[in-house]
Parts: sequence; structure tokens; C-alpha cells
Amino acid sequence: MQDFLQQTSYFGFVITIVIYYLSLYIKNKTKLSILNPLLVTTIIIVAILLVFNINYETYNIGAKYISYFLTPTTVCLAIPLYKQIKILKKNVIGILSGILAGIIANATVIVLLTKIFKMNNELGTSLLSKSITAPIAIGLTDELGGISSITVFAVILSGIIGAAIAPTIFKLLHIKDETAQGLACGTSAHGSGTTTALELGEIQGAMSGLAIIVTGLITTIIAPIVNHIFFIV
Amino acid sequence: MKYVKQLMIILIFSFIGDILNHIIPLPIPVSIYGMVFLFIALLTRIIKLDQVETTAEFLLSIMLIFFVPASVGIIDTFFAYKSSMLPIIIIVIISTIIVMITTGLVSQFIIKLRNKKERGAK
Repeated sequence: MQDFLQQTSYFGFVITIVIYYLSLYIKNKTKLSILNPLLVTTIIIVAILLVFNINYETYNIGAKYISYFLTPTTVCLAIPLYKQIKILKKNVIGILSGILAGIIANATVIVLLTKIFKMNNELGTSLLSKSITAPIAIGLTDELGGISSITVFAVILSGIIGAAIAPTIFKLLHIKDETAQGLACGTSAHGSGTTTALELGEIQGAMSGLAIIVTGLITTIIAPIVNHIFFIV
Repeated sequence: MKYVKQLMIILIFSFIGDILNHIIPLPIPVSIYGMVFLFIALLTRIIKLDQVETTAEFLLSIMLIFFVPASVGIIDTFFAYKSSMLPIIIIVIISTIIVMITTGLVSQFIIKLRNKKERGAK
């Protein structure tokens, strides 16, 4: 079967779309935020590959055409950013300082903990972009020489955790301002966080969407510097 | 025709990003160059919103599927870095919580401060 699958360029492509559709269906039926479609799709495909003993390379013969769209789609993030320019202009200082503080906190925690756990530098590099939206994170990790699948794993996990804990954290720490709540969701948990932010309110949703892109952009500037100082020996 | 034109614009900006990524020796992803230039083009009205909007919104709405191949790549990485998986999970949990708290508190503080100032000015 491996031989046949290596000759067809459709297998990886088709299985990805079919399983993704299935996971969207499950998500819509259950409405549980833990059942993130990307997470569910990944788990099912990994299980299929392991059960049928198909290696990743064979899967990727067809699947790589899907990855191809990642860059043009990220370019499209310019559109939501443009649409939110008014909100950005109005609160520019509060927004930028909150996001910047989050990015610095993220880099600090990751550098400290990777050193405490004595992990290798390549893993540290791969984790630096974990709070930003996956397309930017993948591009950044590739540029910095990290392992992109570790980054994707960390990005998804951040999203799931951020989306789940946001309401509790806001309550415990008395973060009541709508703008601040939205920014906190988007900066820590990108698109997943935005789903939670939208449940909290319209302003939170818009702010979270804005934070995703701004966090991504600023991280592209800060992560290489942090990487250069701490993870390149 | 409309969609061909929209896709063309998006791909041209991606290509511009690719060119810049090759000439400029900075670790900035192709997509960021493309995105920033498209954003500037929108601001300066070289490109109008309705010239890209429909196709862009479509691509963004199905965006998650484009990460699946990279995400499935965990299958190879997992076995190569098995012993590091637990620390990675711990780091991700702790840092996500800290980032959320930091951004939330800092932006709330500054927004409150500015609101007070504005009220004081009146």
C-alpha cells in the first residue's frame, strides 16, 4: 500500500480535507472549545498514519500542496488589520504597551524555563513564537532555524489553554476593561483566544483580532534578537 | 474574473515578499513582507478593499486547514524529542498564563490612566 500511496499525489491532500471537514462537523455539533478542528484533524491523521504504518513523507507528497497556501493566506491578514485601523489609532499607546509587555513576558518565561529544564537551543527557538498566529509562527521558526512541527504543537496548545482559562483569569485578577480583556486573549492565544474573546463581547473580539496581528508583527522583530542572544551559541 | 484578479493581487504580494526575503538578510518571513506591503497598499489606496476582500476572507475563513500538514509533522518530531515533550507542555502552559495576565493588567492600567487624564483635562 505504501508503494501505491507514494505514487499518488492525492492521498495526503484528500485525507486532509476529508478529516478536516469531519472535525468541523464534530465541532459544530458539540460546540466544545477543546475540540479545536486543527487539534482533532491532527490527532485523527496521526492515528491513521500510525495504524496503517504510512510515513510522514508519503503523506506530505500530497499534503504539501495545502501548506503552499499558508503564505498567501497570511498576507491576507492585512485586510482585518486595515479594517480595524480606527480602533488601533484611538487607543494606540494602551494597545501597543499591553502587547509589548506580553511579548517580553513570553520571551522571558521561555528563556528562563528552557534553561531551567536544560533543553536544547533548537527547542527554545521553536517555542519563542508560540503565542502568535500559526502562519507567522511557522514562517518565523523556519527563518530562525527551529523545528516547525514543535512550533505548531506549542501554538495549538497555547490556543487551547488560553481560550479555556481566559474568563477565570479575568475574574481572579479583576481585569474588567473590555479592551484589555480582548488584548490579553489575542496576545496569549491568537485565533483560539479570539473565539473566547468574541463570547465575552464585540469589543473584546475586535481587540483580540487586532492583537493577533500586532503581536505577530512585533514578535517578528523581537524573537530574532532574543534568539540571537540566548539560543545561538 | 473577479476572483482571478483578487487571487492575482494576493499572489503578487506574496511574490514581492518572497523577493524581499531573498534580498534582505533579516529573519523576517515572506508572509510578513507581503502582509505589510499589502497593508500599505490598502492605506495609500493603491489597492482598494473590494479588490481583494472576498478572496482574502475566503482564504482566512478556511485558514486552519493550511496548518494541518505542518501540524501532522509532529509525528516525526515527537519520536525524536520524546523526552522533551513534558517540559514543552509545562512551558507552554505557564507562559500562556503569564502572557495573558501581563497584557491584561498592563493595558488595563494604561487605559485607566489615560481615561483619568482625559477626565482631568475636562
